[in-house]
Amino acid sequence: MEKWDDNKAWFLVLPVFLVVAFSAIIPLMTVVNYSVQDIMAPGQGIFVGPEWYREVLHDPRLHEAFLRQLIYSFTVLAIEIPLGIAVALTLPSKGWKVSACLVLLALPLLIPWNVVGTIWVVFSRPDIGLAGVTINELLGIPYNYTADPMDSWLTVVIMDIWHWTPLVVLLCYAGLQAIPEAYYQAAKIDGASRWAVFRFIQLPKMRGVLMIAVLLRFMDSFMIYTEPFVLTGGGPGNSTTFLSQFLTKMAIGQFDLGPAAAFSLIYFLVILLLSYIFYTVITNLGKGVAK
Amino acid sequence: MARIVLDDLAHSYRPHPAGPDDYALKRIDTVWEDGGAYALLGPSGCGKTTLLNIISGLLIPSQGRVLYDETDVTRLPPEKRNIAQVFQFPVLYDTMTVRENLSFPLRNRGVSPSDTATRVMEVAQALDLVAVLDAKASGLSADAKQKISLGRGLVRSDVAAILFDEPLTVIDPHLKWQLRRKLKEIHDRFKLTLIYVTHDQVEAMTFADQVVVMYDGEIVQIGTPQDLFENPEHTFVGYFIGSPGMNLLPVTMDGEAALTGSSRIPLTPALAGKARAAAAAGAKLELGIRPMYLGLEDAGVDYGVAARINLVEDQGDCRIVTVSMGDVTVKARVPEGRAIPSQEARAVFPPEWTRIFADGRLLK
Amino acid sequence: MSFSISKVDKRVGRETYLADIDLHLESGSQNVILGRTLAGKTTLLRIMAGLDRPSRGGIAENGKDVTGVSVRKRNVAMVYQQFVNYPSLSVFHNIASPLKLAGMAKADITARVGSVAAVLHIDHLLERLPQELSGGQQQRTAIARALVKDASLLLLDEPLVNLDYKLREELRTELRDIFSKRDSIVVYTTTEPSEALMLGGNLVVMHEGRVLQTGRAEEVYRCPASVTVAEILSDPPINVLRTRVDQTMAHLGDGLSVPLDGHLAGLAPGDYFFGVRSHHLFLHRQHPRDIELHARVELAEINGSETFIHMTYNGRPLVVQEEGVHQRRIDEAVSFFVRPRKFYIFDRDGALVRAPLFEDA
Repeated sequence: MEKWDDNKAWFLVLPVFLVVAFSAIIPLMTVVNYSVQDIMAPGQGIFVGPEWYREVLHDPRLHEAFLRQLIYSFTVLAIEIPLGIAVALTLPSKGWKVSACLVLLALPLLIPWNVVGTIWVVFSRPDIGLAGVTINELLGIPYNYTADPMDSWLTVVIMDIWHWTPLVVLLCYAGLQAIPEAYYQAAKIDGASRWAVFRFIQLPKMRGVLMIAVLLRFMDSFMIYTEPFVLTGGGPGNSTTFLSQFLTKMAIGQFDLGPAAAFSLIYFLVILLLSYIFYTVITNLGKGVAK
Repeated sequence: MARIVLDDLAHSYRPHPAGPDDYALKRIDTVWEDGGAYALLGPSGCGKTTLLNIISGLLIPSQGRVLYDETDVTRLPPEKRNIAQVFQFPVLYDTMTVRENLSFPLRNRGVSPSDTATRVMEVAQALDLVAVLDAKASGLSADAKQKISLGRGLVRSDVAAILFDEPLTVIDPHLKWQLRRKLKEIHDRFKLTLIYVTHDQVEAMTFADQVVVMYDGEIVQIGTPQDLFENPEHTFVGYFIGSPGMNLLPVTMDGEAALTGSSRIPLTPALAGKARAAAAAGAKLELGIRPMYLGLEDAGVDYGVAARINLVEDQGDCRIVTVSMGDVTVKARVPEGRAIPSQEARAVFPPEWTRIFADGRLLK
Repeated sequence: MSFSISKVDKRVGRETYLADIDLHLESGSQNVILGRTLAGKTTLLRIMAGLDRPSRGGIAENGKDVTGVSVRKRNVAMVYQQFVNYPSLSVFHNIASPLKLAGMAKADITARVGSVAAVLHIDHLLERLPQELSGGQQQRTAIARALVKDASLLLLDEPLVNLDYKLREELRTELRDIFSKRDSIVVYTTTEPSEALMLGGNLVVMHEGRVLQTGRAEEVYRCPASVTVAEILSDPPINVLRTRVDQTMAHLGDGLSVPLDGHLAGLAPGDYFFGVRSHHLFLHRQHPRDIELHARVELAEINGSETFIHMTYNGRPLVVQEEGVHQRRIDEAVSFFVRPRKFYIFDRDGALVRAPLFEDA
């Protein structure tokens, strides 16, 4: 009787469980199924075991894409997080300016991702784009993101920073607002410098939101697809082909469903693993500081 | 360490105060001696926090000056005033150890590491924090955290005053008295000027040598705890200090006695004279007596005022007796073991404990 | 109505919050649950309200089992430590909310709200919003909302703890008078002995999830069943001295021995705890047989009308209560007087053996 009472709550979770099953678990299982079969035509598959995994893992194009992806994600994080903190620190803390700043900051977040790509296509075009023309004509630096791999890469990074730094700013700002005024007073009385206030009050109190920011930004950037797809289509060459684009090319362009499925699962596990590492490192970082 | 002079202070949160009601602080003009332990006591909204913020430098008063010794600090920010403050909730540097927390104010001021270490050890010993010096501050109990907050003020040798803003709010009731004792001890040992804001009479009177009672933006009395209890200079002090507060009865004068309804309460001739003079000048008179000093005798005695016992509340160590005398009711506090008349009684007002207030102010 | 709680346990995981609670409450009764923080008072109230289910045992109204019946279907009102009001509703609509839910006619609601607000002295504030009120007024509004619906069970969980002490003093007296005129079952929790005694009525002393003693407040105060009850029901806590009793004398240690006469007569030899309340130690000789001892002051705690002097007597902490306000310096030497007739005697396990007589005090 008592046991029954306690388990009743599970019924309430059931609908969610069903939704998750239909939307995530069953598709995922389909992918698992595909990854161990050679699909000739719908309904015709041969079990091939770990064959696709072996193939995908030994594919040099994947290695390149993976390395490119890692460099990209870390570059983006290394810029967006400090920049986000810096901007959050300079925001006003009260008055009408707060809402004005927050609305302005939130604008890039409200734009659909493919539109972001399109905006940057137009913005960066060397012949008519505001940025493209400025860099080429006024600064005299040759710039063509469709032709030069480095230019293309930089453009994608800058676009991401423009698009996503506001998210980091908003999170950090929320963290800063939660610090009681007494901390700042105490720090003043203790004669703490601006840097010490940041180092010993603001940064520790922001740890929670920073962790969320890093995880969100890492996962998102690691799975980036739409914007570079619209902007560069992965080129020139493969210079901006990131993992998800590589995957799409494999699955839809070449219709290699088996290897694509195997790759998807590897991709998924990599993200899971890296997120876990981030999480552990950041939570321990806080403890490490205080010994 | 410093003597604090509050020179004709007033403060309004409105830009253009019209009348006295717009002022959070009406007129404060007083001197607090170097090395004294002062408590600012009053109900919420009496202006005590405003006054504390003016002393600490968070607020610039609309008028008047604040002097530390001879220096005018009215417009100096907190960090330039050499004060320390302990807040209602513990404010610590979470990522630092206790030792680092205590060293922080000295490190920021460029004190040498060896001097810092000596001073930190001295303060840690005074506050019983030696055992936890290398522990992370954020993991400690609330009372230890408040001691660290206090310690950050004590380590500095240049501190003019330490301000406390209801520092025991988050402390477990049974640990409070130990922390109060620690504060007294620290005061004796470091001879600092301490200013303690609270709404709790127990905290104020236990902590302070001088209690500053505030009411409606004004200081109504500065005195020792004993003074506040025995000679409240204002009816508010009589009401606010003591549980239950002082009995206050509107009276008129009739020769050597005060009249309330048909009851005659005899006064000392000197007091009666002053009361008559005040009444002649048009003042409203009130008679005050502490419940503890109000005597209750059998109806048979030939002194005191006819009274009727309405209610007896047993408090364990004493009983609170509600007594009516005609239209007015008063309370008496009768210690355990003393007999209480059953219904009809005589209420006795010992002249040495009977006070008269004219327009709220004590006649002396 | 009668309300009973039988054999109630509450466990969450491995923690036991309540163990073996048995209580029977009658309508028109005022019940105060006294215990320190974490004694299980709030847990018990939540079970009584039907907000939580006990892990074992049940609750019954008029003999009918209502364990697990949703709080919505029961006639219960509750007041919390925090001032809980609807922030966007005026005081009037806050108080009226339970009546509206019950579908009462408008005119009746206005009348009822008016009369309850008058009792709690907030009738001039009915148009205000909660945020425009002081803490005391907010809590008065919350109490009015609980009173207005005439619930048969009225639960108050430390309702005054977040108010200034002077407000607390006033509201406490008012509440006691309001309760005494109602015929619902009132249950009021507190950590303060003085509040429990002031409110009077039935007292339930709780400690670590158990009920230690129930009875009339004054009786429990005079005859605490154990050292723990005496400690919980005294502020400052009762002084407890480990004592050895032989054939003729009780040795309280450090040269303090008293003969076995008065209520101590006939005490069997052995180890005991002798308890003496702080106001039964004196700073002046009051009786020729008082025993004079010497101690050092730790702290004089001034509690409004009396002074609690914390001191050490031969290394042991003691508290003496003195009438009036008196300052003492730390480490000051004082004499104090002990009267053996005022001793409580507890056995080695803390159970009461003898209580002092009060008639001859």
